[in-house]
Order: sequence, then structure tokens, then C-alpha cells
Amino acid sequence: MSVAVAINKIEKRFGTLRALDGISLQIVEGEFFGLLGPNGAGKTTLISCLAGLVRPDAGRIAVHGHDVVGDYRAARRLLGVVPQELVFDPFFSVRETLRIQSGYFGIRRNDDWIDEILANLDLTAKADVNMRRLSGGMKRRVLVAQALVHKPPVIVLDEPTAGVDVELRQGLWQFVRRLNGKGHTVILTTHYLEEAETLCGRIAMLKQGRVVALDTTSNLLARFSGQTLHLRLANAGRLPAALRDIGTENEEGVWTFHLATIGEMEPLLTGLRLAGCMIDDMRLTQTDLEDVFLGVMKGGDDQKIKALQ
Amino acid sequence: MIGFRTLLYKETLRFWKVSFQTVAAPVLTALLYLMIFSHVLESHVQVHGVAYTAFLIPGLVMMSALQNAFANSSSSLIQSKVTGSVVFVLLPPISYIEFFLAYVAAAVLRGLMVGVGVFLVTSWFALPMFVAPVWILVFVVLGAGLMGALGLVAGIWADKFDQLAAFQNFLIMPLTMLSGVFYSIHSLPAFWQHVSRFNPVFYMIDGFRFGFFGVSDVAPETSLLVVGTSFVVVSAATLALLRSGYKLRS
Repeated sequence: MSVAVAINKIEKRFGTLRALDGISLQIVEGEFFGLLGPNGAGKTTLISCLAGLVRPDAGRIAVHGHDVVGDYRAARRLLGVVPQELVFDPFFSVRETLRIQSGYFGIRRNDDWIDEILANLDLTAKADVNMRRLSGGMKRRVLVAQALVHKPPVIVLDEPTAGVDVELRQGLWQFVRRLNGKGHTVILTTHYLEEAETLCGRIAMLKQGRVVALDTTSNLLARFSGQTLHLRLANAGRLPAALRDIGTENEEGVWTFHLATIGEMEPLLTGLRLAGCMIDDMRLTQTDLEDVFLGVMKGGDDQKIKALQ
Repeated sequence: MIGFRTLLYKETLRFWKVSFQTVAAPVLTALLYLMIFSHVLESHVQVHGVAYTAFLIPGLVMMSALQNAFANSSSSLIQSKVTGSVVFVLLPPISYIEFFLAYVAAAVLRGLMVGVGVFLVTSWFALPMFVAPVWILVFVVLGAGLMGALGLVAGIWADKFDQLAAFQNFLIMPLTMLSGVFYSIHSLPAFWQHVSRFNPVFYMIDGFRFGFFGVSDVAPETSLLVVGTSFVVVSAATLALLRSGYKLRS
């Protein structure tokens, strides 16, 4: 498998803010790749560098071997980017928008493919409607359609389902999965971690402009294999210090502990009993990507993740 | 080339879809100027031996063409910047030269359409001659091209609509209104005649008017040199801005 996107030591500063701090990644052709991280981690800046919207201070990015700065024409033809913001040109209908976008990529007669995209995104009935008259979800679909008019081998989706209803989300993912099945490389950023867990074969987690975890989704989940224990103490009780160090507490006062085996629960409960803590509520779940994400973000690097295990 | 042609088509379609505002409105404004000024001055003023209304018409045609060429590229760019839809042009493989040419060509096209519109409605009042039509065409295309390029600069520089309005109201409007549209600069005091000669729009209007009447304040060759040089300088500056990605690609 050849490399679809090669990101090499990319750095970008905005004033004193170091938005990207030497990021290197290789995304293989045909991958469904997830880019996760909290707000401000640098996901959109990285995608903007890839798309040529932001010029990096150092490092280089290539799409199928074409440098996004030096050989931008070839690189951009290979990329279809769905921007995060819900933007549209209010002067045109859906079909006009897609025809114009095709022309920008050097394609003159593209109506067959445009019709196919419209049908797949359930937009056929809206083809001649002005963009202003579409709902937010419909506009989002048109953004996806615009990114696909030139049949790009690499599709980049920056938070494509933010604010989108469940039905559209499902439909969109079916379509994108089908494109991925046909060999398109897909790069996705999302806040919906269950979405990334279901769709992405490999995931990079970013924090403060650096990659803090990079592995297959299954390996990431395996790092935190076992169960997750969520518990809340009665009477606003305080955990003993030894337990505080290995757990994380959310704003609602619920503590989360990762258990490699179920056998680790007994010593934990014993610790609570000895400290005189009363349990108000308790739940045991399988580890999911959210637990991994929280663990990685708390740890900051792989060494700390391993220590947490 | 398809990228350039599509961008030109899109820019043209954009203003054409709102042609009531982008073409009809400036034609009406020019008509009002003509009706008022010719009513007041027709029987009192002759310029270069030409009746005032006939003298005024080419000036109004050119002023409207220039203002609308500027308005086209600047408003299109600021709108797409503010709404974010500029990404649709920044993501595809369109070079900065194609970007420049498409925006400027669309600006010239709108300038020409408004100019023709103004000429058609004002020629009911007086029909100017066409002594040298090539000069007419050269000056209107070069002038509107320069204003289209300047509109790009303003659109790139401005982050908000009021910044663009300031550019338009405090630079473009005075330059175009005080360029000899309504008078010959020979009717001005010596000081203001001298000041007028630093205004490149004066040469656009004067050269354009020469094409109609065969008389002008300065030789048309001089005007062509000034307008041509200004066009080259402003275009080079605009291309440099676009190439650097200033305010478009951070």
C-alpha cells in the first residue's frame, strides 16, 4: 500500500501560540483515519495545512507524493475537503454550486457524477433550490457533495457531523464508508468518539499541537482493555490519596477507574471500605474510545498511558 | 484554463443574478446626475466647444464603469471572506494569476455593462460623437481593469464591510468625482488643476472623452501612458499580494 498523505515535521505558530509543534504522520492509501483531540489541539490547523489554506512555518506535506505547496495543483486535485464551518455561496442553486465547483477542478461536463452524488446524499429533490433556502443539514450535505465533485482519492472531513441530526449522520457515514470501500482514503476529525471508534481503522490523538497517541483503533482500545468502573461517593466523601492518583473525576463528582481485570476491583473496594467511604452509585462498563481519549489527554504521552495501565 | 473560465463565469453570474442592484441602480444614479446637472448648466456652459450635456455623458459613463468595476471585485471578495465561502476558490487548483484574471475580467465586464447602460439612457438627452472609438475602448477596459485590481486589493485588505466602505467612500469616490467628470480641469484654479494631474482617474476620463470628441485637457497619448503605467503597477501589487496569500492563506 502506498502512502496517501505524508505529513513531515509540520510546525505552525500563530503569534505566540504554537498551533502545530512538529507533527509527523503517514496515512496509507485506503485508510479510514481519525484525527482526535480537544478544541485547540491543532486538528483543523493541520487539515488547513494539508488543504493549502494555511502555510506551515516548517515541514512539508505531500498527497500521493505531490507537495501541497510546491506542487499544489496536483496535490489539490487529489484532495476533497469538507470544511468545518457551514459555509455556502448564497447566489447559486445546489446544482450550480456543484457545476461551478467541478469547473474549478478543471471538469466541464460533470452532470452524471453530480446526479450520482446528489442521489447518494438524498439531495436530488433540492438540486435546483437556492442554497439560502436549505436547512443546516442540507447545506452540510452540499458541502460534502462539493468536496466530491472531482472524485478525489483522499477525502478530508473536518467535523462533518457537528450539529447534524442522527438520520443524516447515519446516511452520511454509509456513503463515506462506501467511498472508503471503493479505495478512497478518508481522514476524519470528529468530537463524537463513538463515531471514530466505529469508523476509523487508525487514530491519531493530538494535544497542544503534538501527536500524543497514534495507533490502530483496536490497539488503542486494547491499551485500556478490561473494564471501566464509574462510582460516586455518598455524602460528598473524599477518596483516599492512593485511589485519587489512579482515577479521574468529572464535574459531576463521578470517579472513573480503569481495571485491567475484574480481579482489580476487590482491592479497590477494600481501599474504599478501609477509608470509610460509602458508595452512592456504581457502574461497570467495557472500555471505549472515550476512556482511551480521556486517559491519553490526562497522561499526555505514551509513557504515561502505559503507567496508567 | 477551465478553472479561470469557471471563476469568471461564477463572478459574472454572481453580479448578473442581482443585476437590478449591480447594473440598473448605477444606471439610474448616473441618469439623475445628468438630469440635474444638464438642467442647471446646459444653457450656461460649453466645454471645448461641446454642449454641456454632451460633454457630461462620456464622463458619467466612465465614472459609473470605474466605480462599478471596483465595487464588483471588492464586494465579491469581502462577501466570500466574511461568509467563509472563499474556501471554495482557495481549495481547488486555481493559480493566483487565474484568480486575478477572473476577478478583474468580471469587474471589467460589469463596468462595461454599466457603462453601456448609462450611455444608452443618457444618449436620449444628447448624442455625443464617436471621433476615435478605439481610444474609448482602450480607456474603458484599462480603467475598469485598474479599478477591478484595486477592488481586489481592497477586498483582500478589508476584514469587515465598514473597512471596505471606508476605502470606497474616502478613496474611490473622491478620486472618481474629482476627476473632471463634471468639468474641464482648465476651468479650475491653477492649484487645483495641478492637484488634478496627480489623480490617475482624471487621465482615464480625459482619454475616454477624447475618443468621443477628439479634444481633451491633455494629449490622449499622455493619458494612455499614465493609465497604462498605473494599471501595470496596481496589477503587479495585487498579484504580489495574492501570491503571498496575504489575509487569504494564513
